[in-house]
Amino acid sequence: MNLVSAQNSNVFKAGKPGQAVTLAPVRQAEQSEAANAARQAKMKIADLSVFYGKFRALAGISLDIPENRITAIIGPSGCGKSTLLRSFNRMNDLVPNFRLEGQVALDGEDIYDPAVDVTDIRRRVGMVFQRPNPFPMSIFENVAFGPRLYGIGRHSDLAQIVEHSLGQAALWDEVKDKLKESGMALSGGQQQRLCIARALAVQPDVILMDEPASSLDPVSTLKIEDLMQSLKGSFTIVIVTHNMQQAARVSDFTAFLMVNPERAGTLVEFGATPQIFTNPHHKQTEEYVTGRFG
Amino acid sequence: MSGYAEISKNFRPEHGGSLRRRRKITNVFMLGLAGLMSLLAVGILVWIVGYVVYRGGSSINLDFLTQTPRPVGIAGGGVLHAIEGTLILAFLAGLFAILPGVAAAFYVAYNPNTPLGIVVRFGTDVLSGVPSIVIGIFVYVLVVKSSGHYSALAGGMALAILMLPIIIRTTEEMIKLVPGTLREGSLALGAPEWKTALKVTLPAAMNGIITGFLLGIARAAGETAPLLFTALGNDRFEVGKMVTSSLQNGQNIFQALVNIIQQPVDSLPLTLFKYSQQPDIERINQSWGVALVLIVIVLVTNIGARLWVQRRSSQLKG
Repeated sequence: MNLVSAQNSNVFKAGKPGQAVTLAPVRQAEQSEAANAARQAKMKIADLSVFYGKFRALAGISLDIPENRITAIIGPSGCGKSTLLRSFNRMNDLVPNFRLEGQVALDGEDIYDPAVDVTDIRRRVGMVFQRPNPFPMSIFENVAFGPRLYGIGRHSDLAQIVEHSLGQAALWDEVKDKLKESGMALSGGQQQRLCIARALAVQPDVILMDEPASSLDPVSTLKIEDLMQSLKGSFTIVIVTHNMQQAARVSDFTAFLMVNPERAGTLVEFGATPQIFTNPHHKQTEEYVTGRFG
Repeated sequence: MSGYAEISKNFRPEHGGSLRRRRKITNVFMLGLAGLMSLLAVGILVWIVGYVVYRGGSSINLDFLTQTPRPVGIAGGGVLHAIEGTLILAFLAGLFAILPGVAAAFYVAYNPNTPLGIVVRFGTDVLSGVPSIVIGIFVYVLVVKSSGHYSALAGGMALAILMLPIIIRTTEEMIKLVPGTLREGSLALGAPEWKTALKVTLPAAMNGIITGFLLGIARAAGETAPLLFTALGNDRFEVGKMVTSSLQNGQNIFQALVNIIQQPVDSLPLTLFKYSQQPDIERINQSWGVALVLIVIVLVTNIGARLWVQRRSSQLKG
């Protein structure tokens, strides 16, 4: 795999690294987007059920994640939003007694196929966590950690990736003079952008964000949201959020999850974000997005 | 009068003056008691160190630290052999114990409920309760008897077994303190579990692991009983001379070092024990000096480790 040369070509395509390209949310032609999405599904989730031991956490979820769009997963606490997200990069494998039925396909390939290398899946599907979790090492090493795993060892190559990734994460200007300082010395919002840069450094196709702004202040939250807009041109983004305003602001598509009477999470409705928030087809969705419960 | 209003009076400040006074007195009394007990604990430490300095200070001079012992009855001489021996034993013990200790700690921390994890944890607890002299006999049978001679190697192994539970326990605690999200962050990048442990969890827990390791070293450096059966003691042990004679016999430095660890060695606690038993006032005075050197070495190790860890963690946090 030639990560560096691909990276290099991107450097010039994506414009000057270090400059956050802040795009205004695209809202036009939303209804036809839904039709497009079906054609350009990056991930296809078919009849997915997740079990922890005997407990069924998710039941029969089918969903297409459109390419180069932001998909939000919303729903009340405990409805399985994070479980769903974590089944997209097989992080649930770490949970003892985890079992999965149905299919999660990335570019048409079943990621739970026994022949598939989980390492490769996790490179292609990156993840950003609720709490910023920079490694206890320098800013440079944090971003270089992923590329090193894939055999990139030359310092000049790494330096290029680090600069590019930090630029994509709109952090380069703030940290370019202190790359050797600890990543843990940054502010919460900077730490989270560092974690995003770290995820970007291995050139994933999909980025999963598990409530990425829930531990941040409003200004940092806004930066993360702007960043998501600038990233969606190159990446497919899935975000779990309990903040409905955030889902409405940043996402192109929204999936609404709720627990069924057996306490398993089910997909109530999936559609273009404006439709979900202004014209929900299901009563439960309407009650949730209008704040009548949840 | 209603019951509730009557009870509520108790909460008002003007009510229950005697109760308040009694509480205040009890508070002062308990606080004083706690303070007294703390003073007692610290006082014992100060007493021990102070008395050792008082009795041993006069023996300390350059010769004491740089010369080997003279025969009983001849004034002067030092305990260089014991200082060198202690350092060699501590080094060997640390060398033997660090890898299995840290590896076992990772296993126990990550697999606490597997059969092997439970056995290792229970075994660690039992091992830390085994009297150190028993460990000495064990290594005696295992190494000394089979090799035919006492040696620094055997002493180092006995001390390593002693250190093992301390290292496993502290390392396990430190690994558990590392946030699980760090591990997840690494795994989510596609890093395999072993690389995550080595590159992320281990560095994050490093400060605590080093502290535990040095506590183990300090503990081992002060042990006497297991060395009686293993390192034995050797008051003519002198690293410099042994290396020189090995080199003169055409051996390289590596062979010289192998020779050294195959010799019986002395250590400060062993020397302290032997000197204090001798019917010679000079030796008894020197045994206080030995105690002082031992305390200083252990204290310097401890304080040095803590300072280094403090500096390191402040660098990490920025």
